[in-house]
Parts: sequence; structure tokens; C-alpha cells
Amino acid sequence: MRYPFPVGKSDFIQGDEAIARAAILAGCRFYAGYPITPASEIFEAMALYMPLVDGVSIQMEDEIASIAAIIGASWAGAKAMTATSGPGFSLMQENIGYAVMTETPIVVVDVQRGGPSTGQPTLAAQGDIMQAIWGTHGDHSLIVLSPSTVQEAFDLTIRAFNLAEKYRTPVVLLTDAEIAHMRERVYIPRPEEIELVERKLPANEEEAKFPFGDLHGDGVPPMPIFGKGYKTYVTGLTHDERGRPRTVEAEVHERLIRRIIGKIENNKHDIITYNTFELDDAEIAIISTGIVSRSGVRAVKILREKGIKAGLLKLNTIWPFDFDMIEELAERVRKIYVPEMNLGQLYHLVKEGANGKAEVELIPKIGGEVHTPMEIVERVVG
Amino acid sequence: MYLKSAYDIRDKYLRKDMLPTIFCPGCGIGSALQYTLRAIDDLGLNPDEIVWVSGIGCSSRVPGFVNFDGLHTTHGRALAFATGIKLANPNLKIIAFMGDGDAAAIGGNHFIHAIRRNLDVTVILINNFTYGMTGGQVAPTALKGLRGTTAPYGQFENPFDIADLAVSAGANYVARWSVFNYLQGINSIKKALSKEGFTLVEFLSPCPISFGRRNRMKTAPELLRWYQKITVPLAKAKKMPPEELEGKIVIGEFVDRDRPGLVREYEAYKRRAKKMMGWEE
Repeated sequence: MRYPFPVGKSDFIQGDEAIARAAILAGCRFYAGYPITPASEIFEAMALYMPLVDGVSIQMEDEIASIAAIIGASWAGAKAMTATSGPGFSLMQENIGYAVMTETPIVVVDVQRGGPSTGQPTLAAQGDIMQAIWGTHGDHSLIVLSPSTVQEAFDLTIRAFNLAEKYRTPVVLLTDAEIAHMRERVYIPRPEEIELVERKLPANEEEAKFPFGDLHGDGVPPMPIFGKGYKTYVTGLTHDERGRPRTVEAEVHERLIRRIIGKIENNKHDIITYNTFELDDAEIAIISTGIVSRSGVRAVKILREKGIKAGLLKLNTIWPFDFDMIEELAERVRKIYVPEMNLGQLYHLVKEGANGKAEVELIPKIGGEVHTPMEIVERVVG
Repeated sequence: MYLKSAYDIRDKYLRKDMLPTIFCPGCGIGSALQYTLRAIDDLGLNPDEIVWVSGIGCSSRVPGFVNFDGLHTTHGRALAFATGIKLANPNLKIIAFMGDGDAAAIGGNHFIHAIRRNLDVTVILINNFTYGMTGGQVAPTALKGLRGTTAPYGQFENPFDIADLAVSAGANYVARWSVFNYLQGINSIKKALSKEGFTLVEFLSPCPISFGRRNRMKTAPELLRWYQKITVPLAKAKKMPPEELEGKIVIGEFVDRDRPGLVREYEAYKRRAKKMMGWEE
């Protein structure tokens, strides 16, 4: 396999470019999108690379069509991705719900920008945290990942495909304009250095009859892709294990939805990853995600120099959320600070997790700039 | 033309555990479905290589009743999903079963762009001038004066002529019949399924319960007579003055051409890309 970019060495590239290259190395061969700042460079890179690796890159008429096309492509057997920003992400929400309901592995990149509506197209924000977790309708669960460096944007894109395939679910890669447009050194591995997960396919005709049944006790049914002669019917209606619509029976709906949520919740320790910095003996914890975490690291260093035992918890997975871990942390620290580039979204999850065991204080910032380390330090020092 | 018995077609292609269908007495969707299955049968197509796609509404439940791979999607989006399926696996033949609301209202943009791209898909479009499943609201195809629950005094907007729209947007094959034109219907579907690119067969289809009841045509025979009255064959329409065609619907075969389909265009694009990058073998 020949790649249209160098592999096995480092390159100095933007976050958006890193996401596109990672997707191709993860095996993505179908990309559908609609241009929107600050996500367009992902599309432009895919448009350049995809025909060369015998994949498809197509500019759809809007974001709704884009996510619809990648769901269709996934059922035809392809690893598929789209990328957008907040306003386009809103348009995709119904079909994200459809992908959850039909257990379709797809990757949706949301490069956040200042909102609401068209807002600040060229500036960064973290305003879509709630939208990524709760934006679609009904009871559901999915996976949301958040990188804080260009290298992490690369690594988490590969992870996003692996998790989507493993759990047959949509995965949202939630990044922001700052990382999207920032250039950093990224190691682009050779294909043999990357561990890839492929979706479970039915082992035989019998398994293929139950595309929505818990055949292996892990909540993730094998996915009978189209064209293999299995004659699979896929519907967004409430359906039984065989995929037949059963819309008025409460127990069928409950069994289906609880399994779909359960396959994420029951595996949350496999899905959730995080990094800590100076957290072991900390009395003050800073919890953050994405670009803000980088100011958080510096803030911790400054606070330690001032004799304040501060530490940082950087969440790489935003959903599923480890409420228990936050509660344990809250039991051993005096106070938790949540700096984020919005007026309080991650804050609500952290506060619920802390469960009153420690005071939780929001450090919000909007307008397009990342918190400076001193802004965090000053709030902690008071 | 020899026709197999309807029982043979049913037994060969329908999912028996899904029967009976949800369709009301007098509904025309079953007829359009039967014509489609007969066309598949006559052409000897392999069911394993066909995927049925649909959006939301009565006609969109069809993929659930036929024993093929099928994707029952969100309202109006069938053709957008189909784009992904077809480009990800060009060996699959795609049949999109859609309603008038699905195609011309919420899915209008996907519809015209799928045609512009010449997506390789055969659309079987059920036009009954109404939103049947949600209880009889007017559709963008409803002729002026027709009633629906959201136009209780008669539709005041101009209707879309879907076939006309498809011809203008660039479809390779477009035909319109009422479901009572069964031989023409089957032949058109066979032609549509045999061509590359975007092909459309539109059926004017009776909906006695949601539509007919509000428009003084409570039974299928009453709707049949109405369709006979309002439809004009293409050859005859060409000789009629415009004022006589007011409120009428032209039926027939509107276009039959062979522009390259999206799959062929993309294959050529990939070769061009590799050539431009010096990647030729």
C-alpha cells in the first residue's frame, strides 16, 4: 500500500491535516463532507488523498447529506468519516441518533468554533461539549473524544475509528479551531506500527439473522454488511433482535435501548482515557479537556512554584464520563477548578461527579482565546 | 407478455414474517411494489446485489417487507444514504422507494443533487399528493384546490411536477404512470433498472384513506376514475393548448438518455488523480 504522505517519520502539520492522515491510516475509505471553517482543511486533505488510496471523497449538498452518506457507506462495509463545526454538527444530530439506533460505526469530527449560530467562525471555543454528548434525541449513548495537541488529534482519530468499529457506534472527535489550525510536530507511524480494530462480522448465516441481538454477551452484535447475501433490514424504528420494527412494545424498546447504552457504559473503563499531571498529592485539582489543558499544565507548574499543591486531570474521553473517578478525586482534594472555553459545560459533569465532596469552581472564557496560565493561577490564588 | 401469478412473486420476494403490510385498503403502494418485483424477476437480477433504501412515510416501509438488504432511514434522506452505499460498493444496485413528501419536500435538495450527480439509483416514487402516514397533510405535489388537513380550504400553492424537475436536473430516465398503467409501469421499471445513472419511475398512487376521503373520493375505484380523468398521455398532451392542460398531469416516458453515471465519473476521477500525481502503474 502506497501512502500519499510520508509514513514512519515526523512531519510539521496542522491538526486538521493530522486528522485526515490518521483517518487514512486507520482504514477510512469514505469521506463525505460540506465545507465549514475551521474543519474545511480536513475535507481538503481527504479530497487530495482519497482518490490516490482508492477511497471516496465527495462534497455533499449539506451536512445532513454528509452524515447520511457516511452511514450508508458504513453499511456497505467502509470505514467512513465526516467533519464539520458546531452549526453543521447541529444539522447532523438527527442522523447521529439514527447511527446510534442502527449501531452504525462512523466517525464525526466536530472542530468547535465560537457560537452560537455562525458566531466566530475563525476562533476557538469549547461550546459543543453538551451538544456532542446530548445533542441527539432520546435515550442514547455514544463516544466523545477530545485531543489537546496535534499529535493527540492524530492518535485519537485512529482510536475513534477503533472504538467505532469495536462498539458499533458513532464516535465524535471533538476538537477546536486552535488545534485544527495549529502546526506541530507529529509522528506519522508506518501502518505496521498501528493497531487497528475491525468490526465483528457474522460468523455464519445464523448469526447474520440477529444483527441487533446480544449474541456474544458483550452487547455488540456482529454487523452483517450489505451485499453479502444476508438480507439485512436496518431501520431507525424500534426493532427486535432480527431488525423487525416493533414500535409499540415497551419491553422491546427498553431491551434495545438499554443494550445500546449498556455496551458503552459497561465498557467505560476500556473507552475512557485521561492524563494526570502532579495530581497524586494535589490539594487543588484542575480538570480540563482539549486545548485549555495546556494552559492548565503551565498553571500547575506556577502554582507549585508558589507552594500550592496543584494537579491537573486532562480528560481525553468526554463521554462516557467517569463520575466515580471524579468523586474519588473530590474526596482527596480541597477544591476543583474547571477552566473551559465556554460559560460552563464540562463544569456540570464535574460537579455532578464531585457529588458535594469538594467545591467545584468554573473558570469560563469565551470570545475566541484560550485561557492564559496566569488567568487560571489568579483564580486559584484568589 | 406472460405474467407470473402474484402469489409466486409474493412467495419469492416478500418476508412472510412481516406480513400483513401496514398499507390501508385501496392503497397503491402494493401495486408499485409488485411492479418493481416483477421487473426484478423478469430481468433475472440477483437479490443479493440489490439494496432497497427509503426515507420516512408509508412508501418507505417497503424495504421492510421485501427480502433484500434494506436501509429505512430518516425523512427525506434516502438518496443521501444511497450515495454512500453506492460509492462504497459500486457492485450494489440501489432501489430507492420514496414518497412525494420524501422526494420533493424535506428531501428536495438531496433529490435534485442526486440527479445532478447522476447517482446510479432507481427511484420508485409514490405520488399520492398527500402525507399519508401523518394523516393527510398536503404535499408539495398537491394540485391547486386539493384538500389536506393543513389546507382544509384547498391548496393555494403551486405544485411541483416531479418528473419535469427530474428531467431538468439531468436524470437519465424519467417516466410517470398511474398505478393503473401496470404494463407500462413494469416496462418502465425494467428499463430504469437496466440503465446506469439516475432513473425515476413516478407512480400516481391512490390513497383513499388520507387523501381521497378529504377530496370526495373515498374508494380506490373513485380515485381510479379521477386519475383517468386528470392524466393525459404525453403524445396527446403535445397537441393540446396550455389552457386545456391546466390541472392535468401528463403521463408517459419523458427522457431516456445515457449520460455517464456517478460511479463511472468517480472511477475516471480516481484515474485522473493518480495520473496527475504521477502515480500511474
